Amino acid sequence: MNLILLIFDAVLLITLLALAAAAILSSEPRRAVMLFIAFGLWLSLVWARLSAPDVALAEAAIGAGIGGALMLAAARRAARRQATSSEEPS
Amino acid sequence: MNRDLSLLIGILVALLAVLLLGVFHSTLALDPGQRLASLALERLPESGVSNPVTAVLLNYRAYDTLLELAVLLAALLGIWSLGPARPGFQPAGPALAAMVDWVVPLAILTGGYLLWVGGHAPGGAFQAGALLGAAGVILRLAGNAGAGLPSEAWQRWLIVLGAGVFSLIGLLLALTGYGFLSYPPGQAKWLILLIETAATIAIGVTLAAAYVGGRPQMAQPPRSPLAPMADPEAKR
Repeated sequence: MNLILLIFDAVLLITLLALAAAAILSSEPRRAVMLFIAFGLWLSLVWARLSAPDVALAEAAIGAGIGGALMLAAARRAARRQATSSEEPS
Repeated sequence: MNRDLSLLIGILVALLAVLLLGVFHSTLALDPGQRLASLALERLPESGVSNPVTAVLLNYRAYDTLLELAVLLAALLGIWSLGPARPGFQPAGPALAAMVDWVVPLAILTGGYLLWVGGHAPGGAFQAGALLGAAGVILRLAGNAGAGLPSEAWQRWLIVLGAGVFSLIGLLLALTGYGFLSYPPGQAKWLILLIETAATIAIGVTLAAAYVGGRPQMAQPPRSPLAPMADPEAKR
């Protein structure tokens, strides 16, 4: 039983670190934001595993949900601005 | 960004990480000393709520929560000062519209539940407010340009509601001799619930308005694509 929990924790942590690294290293903003949302949801699992349901709820709702939506909108605006400025350099 | 700058930033961030690791290590080496948890749990019956997290957020450390609401308010002021909001998305198709009809009331209902349950179980104003905000985000994604928010005048009142009610109650308590945000015994529960309700509405409206991403302009017709100079973002 303990071994299974240990393996579960290891998988949780390794995936969390891999998601974080992927989000940071991704060069495309939209992709980075999607990875960040996945990271936030995964982090809320980690908080739940640490028996901190309050933090898990807040992380899932604010960190991943609203924060992700705001960052996606920002990435879209940035991409649009880049597209318009490269079309007509002024 | 050029290469030298990103290298410099990388080195600085690495130094910061080393510093944080050093601080972490020295904290681990310290004697834990007396923790506040036992004290907080001991006084929990007097705090008006039975969820220790809510007790810390709204009673023992109410200042922190008030300042968090002020931070949200400042963030939205910053977003509004960037210019008017962009027109919304195209109207949703029948499948998405049917889903939105179900999800938005459900999100609002769940927000109300989380607000109430925060007194004795995990939940609370920020989670409930995030759900309200998420309802607004879904509405905007489904083609409602204003994210279901009322007119700008109403939005202004609703946005300052959280920090406003919080500080008003604090000031009233200070004037009646209890000290700023020190609740009188017996009334803590209702005062906390009042503050949390106001905070939930303010957080929900703030987050939805932040997603709209600019000062609201409901009355204006959508801008024509032939006039790009009317778009403040196109000028930059």
